[in-house]
Amino acid sequence: MSLAANARGDDYRAPGGLRTWLTTRDHKRIGLLYLVSIVVLFALGAGAAALMRLELLTPAGDLVTPAVYDRLFSLHGIVMVWFFLIPSIPATLGNFLLPMMIGAPDVAFPRLNLASWYLFVAGSAFTLATVLLGGVDTGWTFYTPYSTLFSNAHVVLAAAGVFVVGFSSILTGLNFVVTVHTLRAPGMYWRRLPLFVWAQYATALVMLLATPVLAMLLVLIVLERAAGIGIFDPALGGDPLLFQHLFWFYSHPAVYIMLLPAMGVVSEVIACFARKRVFGYRFVVAATLAIAAIGFLVWGHHMFVAGQSPWASAVFSALSFLVAVPSAIKVFNWTATLYRGRISFPAPMLYALSFILLFVIGGLTGLMLAALAVDVHLHDTYFVVAHFHYIMVGGAVSGLLAGLHFWWPKMCGRQYPEGLARVAALLLFAGFNVTFFPQYLLGYLGMPRRYHSYPAPFEGLNLLSSLGTLLLAAGYLLPLGYLAWSWWRGARAGRDPWRAAGLEWQTTSPPPAHNFASTPMVTREAYDYAGIDAHA
Amino acid sequence: MPDALVPSRPDAQAAARQAALLGMWVFLATEVLFFGALFAVYAELRHAAPQAAAAASSHLYREVAIVNTALLLTSSYLVALAVHAARAGADARAARLLGRTAMLGIAFLALKGGEYAAEYHAAELPLPGLAVAAPGDAYARFVDLYIVMTGAHALHVAVGVGALLAARGWLRRGHSAGARRVEVVALYWHFVDIVWVFLFPLLYLVDR
Repeated sequence: MSLAANARGDDYRAPGGLRTWLTTRDHKRIGLLYLVSIVVLFALGAGAAALMRLELLTPAGDLVTPAVYDRLFSLHGIVMVWFFLIPSIPATLGNFLLPMMIGAPDVAFPRLNLASWYLFVAGSAFTLATVLLGGVDTGWTFYTPYSTLFSNAHVVLAAAGVFVVGFSSILTGLNFVVTVHTLRAPGMYWRRLPLFVWAQYATALVMLLATPVLAMLLVLIVLERAAGIGIFDPALGGDPLLFQHLFWFYSHPAVYIMLLPAMGVVSEVIACFARKRVFGYRFVVAATLAIAAIGFLVWGHHMFVAGQSPWASAVFSALSFLVAVPSAIKVFNWTATLYRGRISFPAPMLYALSFILLFVIGGLTGLMLAALAVDVHLHDTYFVVAHFHYIMVGGAVSGLLAGLHFWWPKMCGRQYPEGLARVAALLLFAGFNVTFFPQYLLGYLGMPRRYHSYPAPFEGLNLLSSLGTLLLAAGYLLPLGYLAWSWWRGARAGRDPWRAAGLEWQTTSPPPAHNFASTPMVTREAYDYAGIDAHA
Repeated sequence: MPDALVPSRPDAQAAARQAALLGMWVFLATEVLFFGALFAVYAELRHAAPQAAAAASSHLYREVAIVNTALLLTSSYLVALAVHAARAGADARAARLLGRTAMLGIAFLALKGGEYAAEYHAAELPLPGLAVAAPGDAYARFVDLYIVMTGAHALHVAVGVGALLAARGWLRRGHSAGARRVEVVALYWHFVDIVWVFLFPLLYLVDR
């Protein structure tokens, strides 16, 4: 194996050529294929959002018709949830890093890994076809009976796209679980696993246990629409509330599919730039698994006003409060890791710190929404929109960018421009808050979501929110530009530019095709920064 | 620091088997949730309208389902014997047993297809595509669920038959991973069988 790696020039990217990339089984190359794909899909989803914010610049519905606006927010939701956030960190950084972090030459099933990417591409093609043929107007939630009885848009095509992409995340999850169980290097005990790996493992479990329910649900929707098999549609003898139960049984855990990997990134970055072991490693691991588990028990908090039993609502409310406990444990542990650390503030650290700040705001407002009486007032308003964007954009996207910057030198062997990157990180933080904080206020004042026009008193805050997207766009475009530039032109980075502790830093940058010349033996815990700095 | 380096594991075959089996178990966990969504819908229906479920169930062809249950249980026995034979290195015997297992699966599908055809021909149930009025919403939903649950299961049986025949081919060609793959395919086949063990009483034996 090591001989083959040497013959290929000790760089997983050699030999080049499109064909070698499209047939690769190397987890690192597949991670990069995913990275390019999700950036393209992100651009599509962001474009839809930009048009929505442009429409909401003024109270009147003067830019697009209501029907087009419905298609814009549906496209934005479907693309951002299933084609960007769900695969974002696991399929890119997870694929690239997880085998290296546990000292493995690849994932357990490399061919399935490539198949997962092709399924992602196929699902994206369905979605693109949906857009080109005129879009879908159900929102990303596909609620019945609208989706099966009333909508004249391309529901079947859009559902097929999500169905297919669901299997790509099932295959990724399956690979991660089996890889962590069977391919850990000698000495890489469970208690020595980096927290990033624990996060990917917990995420994989959620992917595996939640996604099939969504898959079956989409099959049922298509059957109901196309063949008149009535499970949810009251006109056909079905029960629409049943749809919401099953949908949120997947879609609430899906939030943790987006968030847990970002938390894993933050643990790595905070430890490295505070030069300390992560405070309470075992508690962070337990909290990770607890979030994954409790996340399956809270779906009913999306249905407080949908007509479910008040007893069920009370239980779901209490369980939703419960999930805040492990989340808070993580925030306290990161804070305690920073305490008396020797902290530096390169770009990954700035992104990680903005993750923590935005996650805390998003999490606390989540508690407000989990409270029964408050939710009745705030349900389906911009307060909810702001809340989940703080978690999914403020949290998950900050985490992705923190990880991309942190491991960029490992991925391409070159360093990104630090000054520009810090500017971008601050710009993104500012732009995000200017865009989404006004939406909390709008929602609290009663502005409902998913309308293309609104009463005049809401204009000021909407204007602020729309202008914020300019900063936000700059915060996205800057990294896109300088990361792409540095891939070819950046300053050479060494094996371990951050003096970080993970096994992935022991191999060359960029790594050889099989990661390590031979299987490494692990003899120490995950975050032995005291040991590293003592040797330096 | 980069610690000591050790050569690749000597027990590569055993590790590959462990990974393949774990992979199938994990996949079966997703399958449980896939069917789980349908079982959840079913449970809600039985809870909300027990009489309607019983009334609709009494129109299904119970005798055919009993024969099909016997076919699948026998097939599970044969595939277990095939695994035993493959582990012992008796490849020819294992291949023969896999072939017979697949035959039973095909027989199951044939009977199930005949059952669907007879149901459509009799036109007593409000099956999708038939203009038969249902005596109530829950009654219609039970029949729809019957079609979806048995249809999803039949699809799995068809995939399983394909996998059994593929495993038989690997054994016959003396593929080095043949025995391991027989074990993996057998796991899947047992799962398909177990789903039916739940479907049979839930759909055909309501209130009997």
